[in-house]
Amino acid sequence: MIDTTSAPLTGPQGPKPRKPFSRRNIFLYGTLITIALFYALPLYVMFVTSLKGMPEIRLGNVFSPPLEVTFQPWVKAWSEACTGLTCNGLSTGFWNSVQITIPSVILSIIIASVNGYALSNWKFKGADAFFTILIFGAFIPYQVMLYPIVIMLREVGLYGSLGGLVLVHTVFGMPILTLLFRNYFTSLPEELFKAARVDGAGFWAIYAKVMVPMSLPIFTVAVILQVTGIWNDFLFGVVYTSPDNYPMTVSLNNIVNSTQGVKEYNVNMAATILTGLVPLSIYFVSGRLFVRGIAAGAVKG
Amino acid sequence: MSSTRPNQLFRNISSKIAAIPMIVTALFVFVGGTIWTVVYSFTNSGLLPRLQWVGLDQYERLWATRKWLISIENLAIYGLCMLVLVFVIGFILAALIDQKIRFEDTIRTVILYPYALSFVVTGLVWQWMLNPEFGVQKVVRGWGWESFTFDPLYSADIAIYGVLIAGIWQGSGLVMVLMLAGLRGIDQDVWKASRVDGIPTWKAYIFVIIPMMRPVFVTTLVIVVTGIVKIYDLIVAQTGGGPGISTEVPAKYVYDMMFQANNLGQGFAASTMMLVTVALIVIPWAILEFGGSKHRD
Repeated sequence: MIDTTSAPLTGPQGPKPRKPFSRRNIFLYGTLITIALFYALPLYVMFVTSLKGMPEIRLGNVFSPPLEVTFQPWVKAWSEACTGLTCNGLSTGFWNSVQITIPSVILSIIIASVNGYALSNWKFKGADAFFTILIFGAFIPYQVMLYPIVIMLREVGLYGSLGGLVLVHTVFGMPILTLLFRNYFTSLPEELFKAARVDGAGFWAIYAKVMVPMSLPIFTVAVILQVTGIWNDFLFGVVYTSPDNYPMTVSLNNIVNSTQGVKEYNVNMAATILTGLVPLSIYFVSGRLFVRGIAAGAVKG
Repeated sequence: MSSTRPNQLFRNISSKIAAIPMIVTALFVFVGGTIWTVVYSFTNSGLLPRLQWVGLDQYERLWATRKWLISIENLAIYGLCMLVLVFVIGFILAALIDQKIRFEDTIRTVILYPYALSFVVTGLVWQWMLNPEFGVQKVVRGWGWESFTFDPLYSADIAIYGVLIAGIWQGSGLVMVLMLAGLRGIDQDVWKASRVDGIPTWKAYIFVIIPMMRPVFVTTLVIVVTGIVKIYDLIVAQTGGGPGISTEVPAKYVYDMMFQANNLGQGFAASTMMLVTVALIVIPWAILEFGGSKHRD
């Protein structure tokens, strides 16, 4: 009996076990679940609304699940919903967005990765000064540069076209992406770069054969960042393209907020989900990489 | 001497070629574009930009326009509430998630997903949720509370708070993620030490942990504030600036003036004011963050 005090380390080890239903746990999980429900609610409401018919919406409750599931609103939102006089639905906007997003993502990532590589391994005199301007440029409200860019695009004949918008996205993606790539390339071991130099490889050979193959994760982060950012853009789409070329976000807004006709809330919500579907799928599939993209952007920028 | 000069220019030439897009963007778009807009804000440009100086006339007119004053007031209300609430909610959520809970990934995923959605989608969902005929108000009345009134988007006095709800829903996940990263970066020994000293948890957060997270708070602040100043699509989608002009914001004022009212000069003056607002926040931050580090090197 007395022996237990002389050997105090033989007792139970590790942290004190907690009861699963302690007051602390009930409070903690209760709060978290309530908050999570608040965040999830709009997505749920969008879905159930888009699956109901209009009579059911008028009678019922936004939270109740649909009694009769109909996919008609989705079909209508995709191919028939009207903006003003044209009734092509969201499909035109979707394809415009695809045509804008793909080249913008590729172009901006190529330019920014080469640039970040130049800034980390081949620094020349004055490079840091331009980089500093670039980073500060990321803080300038877009409204300040809207009109000068209109003039520039008009000068080169790209104002109103998809190509012009691709260029705008490339320019405004440059600060964050360059920062992302520069920081990543700087963190790679310098011996690799030196060994390639000794073997006689030049600027482009080292980029293509050493740097890119080693940097696939950061390229993935950049793609996620750019696809969601460009897909979700509204301001540049509305300013730099003509109505035929409007991206999906702009056509969505025009469909839902058009003042003509009876409001069809189920079609509107189906259209809203359709527009959110691309970034949402990327988010749910990529998980931690998405978070990493945010964190990378947040570190200094 | 003269024979070495071309060498200097062509040394490292591939790198310089690779940096051309950056140099063009930095000089022509960011610096050039900004100077251009500021210069033209002192002219009476209408449908097209023209160099006819009018001094500070555009600014005087701007500050005498009711729509601009309402825009500024809205931005102040929205910005201040957004800032406080997003930080409080984001930090509390991060602190709760940091308690070694189960299903951490699931909860984090649910709280962050709105951030992946565009402001247009956010605005339209909340327009629907806050619709008094069909949304939350109707549901609560259906539960038996007949006099329940909650229609922020339809009463001019409180419409901006309806936008605020949507803004918080969309943006607080981001703050949560950043704060969580900050909390995870804190050495576990700090917690042990505070426990040994018998400091209650809430006190440890306020007096020990938060001061240690100063850099995270500062960066988050800069991100959130620059985001607030830019707010545009959310308003366009959710309220269109209405009812009346009760939810107008500066970024929308700029767009309306430039592309709808054919009053470029006003647009330039208003966007210059936006630039000044951001500069007042970013420049002190930059001096604090980067100016100090030079002394340490």
